[in-house]
Amino acid sequence: MLSIKNLHVSIDGKEILKGINLEVKPGEVHAIMGPNGAGKSTLASVLAGRDLYEVTEGEIVFQGKDVLDMAPEDRAKEGIFLGFQYPIEIPGVSTVNFMKTAVNEHRKHKGLAPLTASDFLKLMRDKKNLVEIDSKLTNRSVNEGFSGGEKKKNEIFQMAMLEPKLAVLDETDSGLDIDALRVVANGVNKLKTAENSTIVITHYQRLLDYIVPDVVHVLFDGRIVKTAGKELALELEEKGYDWIKEENGK
Amino acid sequence: MAKEEQDKILDEVTQSDYKYGFVTDIENDDIGKGLSEDVIRMISAKKNEPEFMLEFRLKAYRHWLTMKMPEWAYLKIPPIDYQDIIFYSAPKQKAKLESMDDVDPEIRATFDKLGIPLDEQKLLANVAVDVVMDSSSVKTTFKQALAEKGVIFCSFSDAVQEHPDLIQEYMGTVVPVQDNFFAALNSAVFSDGSFVYIPKGVRCPMELSTYFRINAENTGQFERTLIVCEDDSYVSYLEGCTAPMRDENQLHAAIVEIIVKDNAEVKYSTVQNWYPGNKEGKGGIYNFVTKRGICQGVNSKLMWAQVETGSAVTWKYPSTILKGDGSSSEFYSVAVTNNHQQADTGSKMIHIGNNTKSTIISKGISAGKSSNSYRGLVKVTKNCEGARNFSQCDSLLLGDKCGAHTFPYLEIGNKSAKVEHEATTSKIGEDQIFYCNQRGISTEDAIGLIVNGYAKEVINKMPMEFAVEAQKLLAISLEGSVG
Ligand SMILES: Nc1ncnc2c1ncn2[C@@H]1O[C@H](COP(=O)(O)OP(=O)(O)OP(=O)(O)O)[C@@H](O)[C@H]1O
Ligand SMILES: [Mg+2]
Repeated sequence: MLSIKNLHVSIDGKEILKGINLEVKPGEVHAIMGPNGAGKSTLASVLAGRDLYEVTEGEIVFQGKDVLDMAPEDRAKEGIFLGFQYPIEIPGVSTVNFMKTAVNEHRKHKGLAPLTASDFLKLMRDKKNLVEIDSKLTNRSVNEGFSGGEKKKNEIFQMAMLEPKLAVLDETDSGLDIDALRVVANGVNKLKTAENSTIVITHYQRLLDYIVPDVVHVLFDGRIVKTAGKELALELEEKGYDWIKEENGK
Repeated sequence: MAKEEQDKILDEVTQSDYKYGFVTDIENDDIGKGLSEDVIRMISAKKNEPEFMLEFRLKAYRHWLTMKMPEWAYLKIPPIDYQDIIFYSAPKQKAKLESMDDVDPEIRATFDKLGIPLDEQKLLANVAVDVVMDSSSVKTTFKQALAEKGVIFCSFSDAVQEHPDLIQEYMGTVVPVQDNFFAALNSAVFSDGSFVYIPKGVRCPMELSTYFRINAENTGQFERTLIVCEDDSYVSYLEGCTAPMRDENQLHAAIVEIIVKDNAEVKYSTVQNWYPGNKEGKGGIYNFVTKRGICQGVNSKLMWAQVETGSAVTWKYPSTILKGDGSSSEFYSVAVTNNHQQADTGSKMIHIGNNTKSTIISKGISAGKSSNSYRGLVKVTKNCEGARNFSQCDSLLLGDKCGAHTFPYLEIGNKSAKVEHEATTSKIGEDQIFYCNQRGISTEDAIGLIVNGYAKEVINKMPMEFAVEAQKLLAISLEGSVG
């Protein structure tokens, strides 16, 4: 599904990712943890094609295709979805219009005709129910004036609408209240199939009680320094990152 | 985003090509370059005008000679050589047009290309069209259907011939010949335009619309529109404008006068898409327009709605004189500038009658190296009680090489007035574009979504058929521009 090899990334000449290797197979859930500033969001952004960052070395292959040459919208249409750590507000653009454009672009890419207005609204309704998001939110402009938690819910709603093959959820759990966390996690689980994969970036073991990872990675100072099963998350919760820092000579 | 990246993207700003830039190959009847009393007499004679028209023109011309081009606008314009312009050029046609079949096929092809079918059957339901090519009106459709209601909708020249009394009564009453430099010039040399008269108590049964097109080379276009709405009447009027791509700048100086009587209502919409010049700023139309209406009667209403994407230079301030008690006026505008375009535009609301109300919603969008200024005046006269105004001027920037400026002027002569002004400036963020990209939406489409969202309030005020056109135009004018 996804294969990242020796990925080096810089911004303004400063190296942030220093040789990432990551393999994700269909149906797997990977968790990426690590201290603030380690480079988790950078990795997610580079995967989605943000051109702010310069890839100086390495490769990203997604479903057999070299991703680094692809425009961000093409990566999205190929099935990569990024749940933003800080979702962006787009005043004046209605969520309906935004999602209709996005869904139909995805359909066009697959050689399908655009959805009729009534089919689209039905799809909206189904997915809203699935992720338990209030119509009051989806009737507004994209993320405009949404609370932190509402924005995160909206990310999951969009993911449900677009049915990606690979979802990268960057701290989707932070800012959610306990009920919302459960709802969002349920949404993610309901959308899981044997074919699609998920990368969850999180600071908290709590989320991983709901979305159970197959593999947990620790990203530290631009490198993946530890990879293990889900018990690693518990260990981190207990011990923090100091021991990792020591092991890596910092 | 890295600086070079940004520069690269900004350079791509200008990818959208002007698709109305073709030239129609037809024979023109012109009078050569230059301006003098003789030229004006010649224009008047060619149009077979009554004496009062010639006098009006000469008075305007003599006054114009004493005037200077205004320099207060936030515009950089090289000097204009008025002796190097052809002031009258008309497509050569056989005699008078009786039916569509009489229209020169080349001209018909032109309007087909512009998407303006002249065939009455093919016309958008309920839109009557007058088309003005270079200096003269080519064809007015639906004349008959309108005449049954007593509505007059014809070219200005025809009106001078057929309704000289109305022209003499109203022409120059809202925009006097000495009003400003360009108004004086227009009054001296104007060649055609549209005339609308809605009799008392009549709701005009269809949208009226005029398409202006500059075709001939080295030619100035000076058209004049006069709309008179008698008591209790209503009309919605739309004008659209295009021109071919030419390397030299062409001058366009128009006048619009609107008279609204007791309880009458006028909606005046504009989709202005004159050739804006090329990516380096060469060529394009200089657009100097004086548009003014008077809400003369009690409770009369005048609404201006405009989408402006064209012209190298735009100098335009649609204004309303709120004279009748309880009269009201609204101004909704989206002005887009890209590449090297410059716009200094806005609105003036002059409150004279008691309890008069005005609203100004102005949305500027600047991209490339363009400059986009809002200049507005809200004036409340001394004896005007209970005036209210709300103004909102928003600017949206794409990239960091363009400029937006706001010059609001307030002259409040009466303490009872309530005047509110709001202004915002925002940028289309690169993070907004990326967010859209990440959902599978291309950058072009993302800009289209955001810009149309931003301009929604104004577009919603346009007649429905034209709202779609306006939306497309916005997206096309900004193709490739990301900051
Ligand atoms: N646009 C930028 N300009 C300069 N430095 C940046 C930029 N974006 C990220 N960085 C730096 O790159 C490093 C990695 O940031 P990143 O956002 O990937 O961390 P993270 O692991 O997601 O942290 P957190 O857990 O706090 O979300 C940080 O030191 C950050 O300051
Ligand atoms: Mg982060």
